Amino acid sequence: MADVALPDLNGEGSGALQGLWQAKPGVLGWLASVDHKEIGKRYIITAFLFLVIGGLEAEMMRLQLARPNQTLLTPEQYNQLFTMHGVTMIFLYALPMLSGFSNFLWPLLLGSRDMAFPRLNALSYWVYLFAGVFIYSTVLIGQAPDAGWFNYTPLSGKEYDPGANIDVFALGMIFLGVSTTVGALNFVVTLMRTRAPGMSVNRLPIIIWGTLTASVANLFAVPALSAACLLLWLDRGFGMHFFDPAGGGQPLLWQHLFWIFGHPWVYALVLPAMGIVSDALPVFCRRPLVGYTAVALATVTTMVVGFGVWVHHMFATGIPPLAIAFFGAASMVIAIPSAVAVFAWIATIWTGRPVFKTPFLYFAGFIALFVIGGVSGFMTGAVPLDWQLTDTYFVVAHLHYVLLGINVFPVIGGLYYWFPKAVGRMMNERLGRWSFWVSFIGFNLAFFPMHISGLLGMPRRVYTYGAHLGWDATNMITSVGSVIFAAGVGLTLINLVVSRYRGAPAGPNPWDGSTLEWSVPSPPPPYNFRRIPIIASRHPLWEARLNESPERSVLDSDLALDHGRETISTTSLDAEADSILKMPDDSLAPLILGLGLTVLFFALLWRAWWPAGAGLAICVAAVAFWLAPTADPVPAKERARG
Amino acid sequence: MAESIVPLARLDVSPTDKRSSGWHGLVFMIATEAALFVYLLFSYYFLASQSAGPWPSSGAPSLAVALPSTFVLLASSGAAQWGVMGIERGRSSRLAMGLGLALALGIGFTGLQLWEWAHKTFTPATDVYGSLYFTITGVHLLHVAVGLLILAFLLVWTLMGRFTKARHEHITLGVYYWHFVDVVWLAVFTTFYLTPRLG
Repeated sequence: MADVALPDLNGEGSGALQGLWQAKPGVLGWLASVDHKEIGKRYIITAFLFLVIGGLEAEMMRLQLARPNQTLLTPEQYNQLFTMHGVTMIFLYALPMLSGFSNFLWPLLLGSRDMAFPRLNALSYWVYLFAGVFIYSTVLIGQAPDAGWFNYTPLSGKEYDPGANIDVFALGMIFLGVSTTVGALNFVVTLMRTRAPGMSVNRLPIIIWGTLTASVANLFAVPALSAACLLLWLDRGFGMHFFDPAGGGQPLLWQHLFWIFGHPWVYALVLPAMGIVSDALPVFCRRPLVGYTAVALATVTTMVVGFGVWVHHMFATGIPPLAIAFFGAASMVIAIPSAVAVFAWIATIWTGRPVFKTPFLYFAGFIALFVIGGVSGFMTGAVPLDWQLTDTYFVVAHLHYVLLGINVFPVIGGLYYWFPKAVGRMMNERLGRWSFWVSFIGFNLAFFPMHISGLLGMPRRVYTYGAHLGWDATNMITSVGSVIFAAGVGLTLINLVVSRYRGAPAGPNPWDGSTLEWSVPSPPPPYNFRRIPIIASRHPLWEARLNESPERSVLDSDLALDHGRETISTTSLDAEADSILKMPDDSLAPLILGLGLTVLFFALLWRAWWPAGAGLAICVAAVAFWLAPTADPVPAKERARG
Repeated sequence: MAESIVPLARLDVSPTDKRSSGWHGLVFMIATEAALFVYLLFSYYFLASQSAGPWPSSGAPSLAVALPSTFVLLASSGAAQWGVMGIERGRSSRLAMGLGLALALGIGFTGLQLWEWAHKTFTPATDVYGSLYFTITGVHLLHVAVGLLILAFLLVWTLMGRFTKARHEHITLGVYYWHFVDVVWLAVFTTFYLTPRLG
């Protein structure tokens, strides 16, 4: 058990806090909730749904490619499928899933009662949901995006793609960017403002470092995609010439803008997931993470270098050799911080006493896949090799090893790890092990042969291939493997649903974890902490056994903060108590603003200017209502409490 | 009960200075919006550098309207700041005057911009320079419109007596946003009107 007595769950004041923080009953109360745990769970469930949709799209493609010369799908259907598969997995699953984890976990890990901007948090979820619906809307009329997830011009220009396909891509990406941006901003300010006293930067869990780094990067990277999509939409709809050489434009501008966004983005898809492993793996090794400082710095370094590698997606476009040399070198340098983290995890397992539970299996599997994906990435960072391999299945294999390996495996491991905290019940261990082994074997069976298909010259994004090319066997193995992998993910899905109702009760700290979320009941009460904790180390629940210093964290402090919804604010670096923050009540304004934006974007898609104006008016009204100053924000007596 | 190491009684409740969450939020909001303009201006310079003929093909644009309108926008920022300094001394009527003046000058800038748009010899569809000119000044003009809406709401709330010497965070943050719109214009103005004269 944990070293410290966990606080009394039903102690003095918990009833009053419950009344202050819990959402009102009924549908309206549910829609108005700004509780970060509720929003986090909604993110995770929605993202999992998109994972299933994207997976089904992949299975349809694998059915088509299982044997040569098949005609299950037309070329146009195949184009829409691989595009929507990529868009779904990269934009609607991978980052939102991590946002879900971070939303649920951040205040619990930081010792706070909510995020810095609870209503903005609700807005980021609603906009994500509505943007997802928006991007999928034209599937119904057979005009889904069909120029690949990176949507290169001139293929995505009006001349070659006259339908609504690309307009919905361009507007959808801008729409989704609103969600990503406000979510990222919220994480950054939460880190700077709402942490428990003593939660200084050298004590932050690594997932905080990962999400923080990803969020700062998103604030600077997402505008590049929004700008590119705006220019493309104007080219297509209003006869402009940004990507049109006949009018003085340059198709290559799209590639620059897209990858200036895209490469930092792929690190944003993995750094928080690596944080999940850095925090949860050590619990199953019964020791703290080896090299905390090195891993935290490697996280930040990866992103800094990650802003300087975008041209490695463009080695084959005729860019000057000096630029290619620079970006090739940067792409190799980025292996160093990644290796730092890998060695830290291996050392943690090596020097620990591993407990082979399901989460451990997923995290260990992740390390293996990360190494394979990292090596194939390093290979394509070498310019001459990239010229041979670019646009082949080798690259498809690489990107699936890194994105599934570093995102999906940690995420599923993290689901097994934190499900008991969110739901109060354990997931089934036997089913969990089955799901891991089936997924792991299926994954490698599906994606390893893709390397070989690529080396044999199979280009990506072909809807079929001839029988005489020597690609039959590897494609058949890939298709079989993809079905096995899907079955493994399906087992986890069944496990989630069954355990939700039948799992064994978890108790507050079933894994004997060391961080703050395990000090509160499972599931946590709406106010998280009955008393704001005061933190003295990186592992508040392991202090007695580690005995690194005589100081001890205080989980049952006298910081009740029960004069309304309140949490404490601390200084950004040292986390010294600074002020008391009044937190907002539940509100429908985020939902209404999200709906206003939805009206606006659908109107822009169909170029219906009056409805667009109406959508805009809804947005303005919602924001004005949201931000309106109250007549007397803080009663005078509040200012001198004590 | 554990010892009290946090002096709860001495902590401010919801501070409104640079420790407020709103202030932090605005800083990062401005950072991401600034990044948007960086990428738009990057597009301008990239396409200019790739252009075969003279850039812009119609010659450097005239300063006759753009330069005065720049001063109008700067004056608008100044007026808003003058109002902020008023409420910092508790004078809400001076704040109302400052915001009203800023609003009027901001509308003046918008009018001058639209006048210049109407008198251009090219359209967004003429060539890539036209596309860049109308898109980038247009995105800036959208930000001006947002800024004007903010100033208008702040003015209404000021007239309703919602702000005092102690509590006027909305004003501080809203006017900072207006200054940001102003600074962005300086970058756009430099790019379109001054850099073609350097060559």
